[in-house]
Amino acid sequence: MSTSTDHTATIPAEPPLVTGNLGFHDITQLVSYHTEKRPPSVWYMTLLVSSTLLSILLILIGYLVWNGVGVWGNNNPVGWGWPIVNFVFWVGIGHAGTLISAILFLFRQQWRTAINRSAEAMTIFAVICALLFPTIHVGRVWVIYWTLPLPNQMEMWPQFKSPLLWDVFAVSVYFTVSLVFWYIGMVPDLATLRDRARNTFKRRILGFFSLGWSGANRHWRNYEKTYLLLAALATPLVLSVHSVVSFDFAVSIIPGWHTTIFPPYFVAGAIFSGFAMVMTLLILARRIYGIENIITIDHLEKMAIITLLTGTMVGFAYITEFFIAWYSQVEYEQYAFINRATGPYAWAYWIMMSCNLLFPQFFWVKRLRRSIPFLFVTSIIVNIGMWFERFVITVTSLHRDFLPSSWDYFNPTWVDMLTFAGSFGLFMTLFLLFLRFMPMVAMAEVKMVLPESDPHFYDDHDESEPSTH
Amino acid sequence: MPQIFPKKSNLLPHLSLGALLGSGLVVVFLVWYYFSPEYTDVGYAPEQPVAYSHRVHVDQLGLDCRYCHSFVEVADVANVPATETCMNCHEVVLPQSTELMPVRASWSDDSSIPWVKIHQVPDYAHFSHAVHVNNGVGCETCHGRIDHMDVVHLVEPLSMGWCLECHREPEKYLRPNEEITTMGYVHSAGFVQDNLNRIKQEGIRPPTNCSACHY
Repeated sequence: MSTSTDHTATIPAEPPLVTGNLGFHDITQLVSYHTEKRPPSVWYMTLLVSSTLLSILLILIGYLVWNGVGVWGNNNPVGWGWPIVNFVFWVGIGHAGTLISAILFLFRQQWRTAINRSAEAMTIFAVICALLFPTIHVGRVWVIYWTLPLPNQMEMWPQFKSPLLWDVFAVSVYFTVSLVFWYIGMVPDLATLRDRARNTFKRRILGFFSLGWSGANRHWRNYEKTYLLLAALATPLVLSVHSVVSFDFAVSIIPGWHTTIFPPYFVAGAIFSGFAMVMTLLILARRIYGIENIITIDHLEKMAIITLLTGTMVGFAYITEFFIAWYSQVEYEQYAFINRATGPYAWAYWIMMSCNLLFPQFFWVKRLRRSIPFLFVTSIIVNIGMWFERFVITVTSLHRDFLPSSWDYFNPTWVDMLTFAGSFGLFMTLFLLFLRFMPMVAMAEVKMVLPESDPHFYDDHDESEPSTH
Repeated sequence: MPQIFPKKSNLLPHLSLGALLGSGLVVVFLVWYYFSPEYTDVGYAPEQPVAYSHRVHVDQLGLDCRYCHSFVEVADVANVPATETCMNCHEVVLPQSTELMPVRASWSDDSSIPWVKIHQVPDYAHFSHAVHVNNGVGCETCHGRIDHMDVVHLVEPLSMGWCLECHREPEKYLRPNEEITTMGYVHSAGFVQDNLNRIKQEGIRPPTNCSACHY
């Protein structure tokens, strides 16, 4: 119909999702190649640093288990120190992956295909780091199974009324679903790697994990249906997990925690920090692995826009908290917030405010949204800000409790700091291994969004035009 | 392209699924059976420094529990008797017995006999004998037929779940206070109803909250 053609003509054309005139085989080659050759030397150097940090983490966990949680700065009145801050920080980072892979999939945002694989990997590794902290925070790690409703000689169930228990379920379900979703999405690509593998051992391993995938029509049909169902299953989880994490705070009666805005505000913050982390990782990876044509500047710009949106939402929530404190006329609530902005932790509060609310506002400028160095710096600043957000929420609300005689200033110990640094070692080691051994871009999905994959592509492009692949 | 796996590997998914479920069940069974205090603790019968026989003293001679464990009605701990309690009788009964050598030695040099404790409750679980024996929990209910034991052994698991079984339904276990030390007590017909009445009348409310025992 001519009217509809006219209508589409008025919409400015979307920039191509894959640049550089890449064909199907080029994409396969560009992505698979990195799992088959020796990694670049910068990979080895980063792995050395991150595995050193990982070793420090493991040693410190041993030190902690042996000595007890007294080696941390946690003490009255701040019973939740860095471990819980780090937990919320990592869980938050673990949100972008499933948002990109599930919600953007359901909304048919085709640009997700370039980044979803690595974002999901990042999610899984971040959730592993997140699960670590509450586990070691319980003190007696060897009875961590008490958090699960298992029959036992005590004839006791966990306290189902506690949000801390909901957290156990929320995060472990999120981890499981993300892992399954990630794996199912990877099956066609694993089969590609299998078919390219030269030695038998590698072929067998990949053959095992690609579940006999042959690219048959029936395989694709089942695959796409499964993927859609899993996306639908994962979508509510994106919202529920960080809502439940926020209940850890919001269900309590501490001024500064007891707020109904927490669930949406936490979810926005999680997506905010998650996208920032995806940007940090992918800006480096696309450069080092030479996949700038697949993860283009347009992808980065879209992520910057989401960062701007969610950062502003988070900032709006910060201001709303102050408004509600004033509006409620509850003096304890008011004191908690005035103390936050002007008290002994004002420095942390203003780091949080400037990193999370002010800094992303630069993304209103298109030139800055498309400047790689600026994006990189901002993505790191955002995650510094988001760590401080959790620090501000946790520590400033606790350090002046209801009894002024027990007011105190929280100081982390060297164990706190090195454990947090070590968690980055765990995260980066896993991510580097992922880059080395797995297809870092969803090849099959990227191919699906190429214009050539449209069955009618060649209807308009007659034989006289040069073929693009 | 040649096949990577031989045809018989089609069996692998089914086998691994079966193995996964099977091994899951086996692990559950192993933990359920071998990790339970009923397996690890019940039957514990260490050798004692003196071959004291409860069978002889209780069953044949008819001593009441409280003759030796004299604080049981007033204290948390049901005491192991002092050597003097033994010597009340053994000064004149079997004064030359070689088996009683350690008792006489303890008496003469004023040292304690190193009895080995059998009924261990963790330090973080507070238990009061007095509260229980004054509210109708018989000795036998937890310690079993001591009057039939030459060497005392652990009869009940003393696990938290085992405590809670009674704390949740005391009417199934209580007996009249005058029957506390009776061994081989047989509940009267309709004892559950009697106990329910008594529980109501005397306000016996065994707590099941954490801080009842863990404080």
